[in-house]
Amino acid sequence: MTRNDATNDDPTNDDANNDDPTNDDANASFEPLAVTDARNHRLAVRAGLAVGLATATYGVSFGALSVAAGLSIWQTSFISLVMFSGGSQFALIGVLAAGGLAAGPAAIASATLLGVRNSLYGMRTAPVVAGGRWNDSWYKKLAAGWLTIDESTAVALAQPTATSRRTGFWVTGLAVFIGWNLTTLAGALIGDALGDTRAYGLDAAAAAAFVGLLWPRLKRRQAVAVAVAAAVVAALLTPALMPGVPVLVAALVAVLVGFFNWFGPRTSIPGERMPS
Amino acid sequence: MTLWQIIIAASIAVLALKLLGYLVPPALLHKPRPARIADLLTVALLAALIAVQTLGSGQAIVLDARVPAVIVAAGLFALKAPFIVVVIAAAAVAAAIRALT
Repeated sequence: MTRNDATNDDPTNDDANNDDPTNDDANASFEPLAVTDARNHRLAVRAGLAVGLATATYGVSFGALSVAAGLSIWQTSFISLVMFSGGSQFALIGVLAAGGLAAGPAAIASATLLGVRNSLYGMRTAPVVAGGRWNDSWYKKLAAGWLTIDESTAVALAQPTATSRRTGFWVTGLAVFIGWNLTTLAGALIGDALGDTRAYGLDAAAAAAFVGLLWPRLKRRQAVAVAVAAAVVAALLTPALMPGVPVLVAALVAVLVGFFNWFGPRTSIPGERMPS
Repeated sequence: MTLWQIIIAASIAVLALKLLGYLVPPALLHKPRPARIADLLTVALLAALIAVQTLGSGQAIVLDARVPAVIVAAGLFALKAPFIVVVIAAAAVAAAIRALT
């Protein structure tokens, strides 16, 4: 777990543009390893910046949709700064747009439940950022926790070494944080200027944004089954319950299916009966 | 509740969940059931939000320009189009249908 200490490679003071492996001051006999380390580091930085750029582009849609949902530019920016988790942010403004202030508790619950996965990410990334500079101070944990999202976790865990995982985490987290907040502000200003957002199809854009967040998660049969069932439950309950509540009830589908592992890998043997 | 109170409460809750991951023992992660439920929770909430955002109008279910827009969006995501392109395309489809009808 503390292998990253042994490499003594501080990701924060490396020059990402140092493409010349001969500049490396490592002992000649260790050069192949040092060259690999430098390349891993560069690839991690590049991956983080690319993801940051891609994510920033849809901060614009969050900003515009948030203003369309009735939030001010300040409130919109506050969410992107403090909450800083795309799915939860879109959920909060989506439920508020449908139900107004009365749907506040349901909006908070939707955003919070969507944030539960970040706790799991944190458990995976805690060993990634452990050790090294600042040696596990509370402010380092706070910063790492704040930046723990889908993107920083994915880039970090995709890197081959402890050092490059750490680089990938911090570079991605910071790149997304900066880009997302700048473009949120830009989107809020644009949305403010647009006026009637329905005429521009922004309500449909919000639905499309959720489709984009869901799409990469539909690789398994179990996930597809849960998605279909949850969508049906939410739609059927919409006329009966207060806005926001149908989404929360639909979340129970995940708890049930996940608890009993219905449609899961172990029950997918042909002919095997599903528990009921 | 005022809008600010809702925003602050939700933001703090989501941030607290992130920090929780750095405070709990990682052993919890090795239990498959909580991990599986958390994964599926994300899927269920996003799917439910798609349904409500596409079909809901207050407490009514309506079929309008959002439905074809979301179908176009799903098709474009299946073709691996970039996020922002898909979101703009979906908005354009809905806006065009509303302008023409």
